Amino acid sequence: MAEAPTTSRGSLMTPPTRPEYMRDTVAGSGIGVVQKPLRLWQRLAQQAWLRKMLIMVLIALAWELYARRLNNPLLVPTFGATVEAFWSGIRSGDILIKVVNSVQLLLKGYALGLTLAMVFTALAMMSRLGNDLLETLTSAFNPLPAIALLPLALIWFGLGDISIIFVLVHSVLWAVALNTHSGFRSVSNTLRMVGRNYGLKGPRFIIKILIPAAFPSILTGLKIGWAFAWRTLIAAELVFGVSSGKGGLGWYIYENKNMLDIPAVFAGLFTVILIGLFVENLIFRNIEAATVRRWGMQS
Amino acid sequence: MHAPQTPTPLLQVDGVTLQYKTERHLVTATYRVSFDVYRADRFVVLGPSGCGKSTLLKAVGGYMAPTEGSMRLKGLPIRGPGADRVFVFQEFDQLLPWKTVKQNVTFALEASRKMRGKAAEAQAMRYIEKVNLAKFANAYPHTLSGGMKQRVAIARALAMEADILLMDEPFAALDALTRRKMQDELLQLWAETRFTVLFVTHSIPEATLIGNRILLMSPHPGQVKGELNSDGRDPVDAEGRKLSDRIHDLLFADRIEEEVTLNG
Repeated sequence: MAEAPTTSRGSLMTPPTRPEYMRDTVAGSGIGVVQKPLRLWQRLAQQAWLRKMLIMVLIALAWELYARRLNNPLLVPTFGATVEAFWSGIRSGDILIKVVNSVQLLLKGYALGLTLAMVFTALAMMSRLGNDLLETLTSAFNPLPAIALLPLALIWFGLGDISIIFVLVHSVLWAVALNTHSGFRSVSNTLRMVGRNYGLKGPRFIIKILIPAAFPSILTGLKIGWAFAWRTLIAAELVFGVSSGKGGLGWYIYENKNMLDIPAVFAGLFTVILIGLFVENLIFRNIEAATVRRWGMQS
Repeated sequence: MHAPQTPTPLLQVDGVTLQYKTERHLVTATYRVSFDVYRADRFVVLGPSGCGKSTLLKAVGGYMAPTEGSMRLKGLPIRGPGADRVFVFQEFDQLLPWKTVKQNVTFALEASRKMRGKAAEAQAMRYIEKVNLAKFANAYPHTLSGGMKQRVAIARALAMEADILLMDEPFAALDALTRRKMQDELLQLWAETRFTVLFVTHSIPEATLIGNRILLMSPHPGQVKGELNSDGRDPVDAEGRKLSDRIHDLLFADRIEEEVTLNG
């Protein structure tokens, strides 16, 4: 070790030596605010749904003002007129029947799409060939808009629910499979080793380790799949119209446009939006709160 | 007079060479490594990074097969992972984030079909109490500190009452104070339950504290340099040298020689 330099003028700097001291800390009660409840408006401002509600009210207000100034119900009916058309559609049961028809079809397509996505991802997890198959199919079909398959579906399956279900499955399957698969692949090696350590293999390993560990991605896939399916359905109904005597929301919109009942067209769109909000904010949000948020896998 | 009969080893590793492939190379991680672990041993594998100690532990865990040599647990060859050898990893994400502390332990018992239902819960709570986490039994892992997570992992491993615990630098990711505390707790738990543990570390102080027997390994590829005994107090040998100093010299002998020649 080199010898320490002497402290004469011009030598290396050294910090000054100060006396040591000890202190007693003040008890929490002596400091004033350590923890204090927020005021009412502060607490309300913390609620995301309330803030979003406010945004929606502002949009409705802007819409109403704009429509009144424009004063052309054939182009943009007022918010009031839309709500009125919506309400009368609900009361006459017309909208409700259409919603039931649409949602029924949607759920069938969604469920079938999810089942197929499960089969494909399970195959992909079990063998390299399955993996290649899934990757090839998703990269080929995921960018293909489902609605583009509708003409083909009509030729193959004719006018009916099956054609629509076919395009719905197409819109759900690839989005869900892609997300689930990438979720499975990003499960940490440590967790995989833990699973195998306790003797989990094959389907038990997938159910007990991979699915919960990849749940954030799976949930994203489910949400994207739902949105795709919902869009595809409305579009298909618009193009396709009525099938076997009962139409859905898309058909409701189309029909009312033909009769130039524009408030009812808006009411149809309004319903589509409402259902979307309901599913996103009530169903998926609650699933998230009960799973990935609770587990700290998503903030 | 007869020498006391040596018991049969619990784990026999005999001439094990381990190789793995990276994208471009075939890497030899260990070369003809042999050692025996006996019941209630706190057997530490110590060596610098690159000596293949973690790979060796993975092989004992059954995650990779040796290209040469054999590994036997209770006389039976090791084939694949199994719940008779329970791992404690360094990473905090070894706990299942979707399960509470208690569920993480019962999961291990139930997945391995060792116990189920009430019996598994009782067993889980017994070991959670042993690591002083009873208050947090229903907490999710993301709400726990790093040290607590490792304690849960240890409780989960102990609850399995496996033949051998495989610990892969379990305290390396903890801060120094917590690490010290966890080391003492581990020794306390050993005093109570007398488990057998194969403990991998690169820290000399940790090795002398935790181990009763220390296997020294040299790197590139990993080979055995020797086995030493320890009593946890860093004993001084006949020549007045501390165990940790001896280990340091053994592991870094080449560098010391270089320095000696330079200074001489």
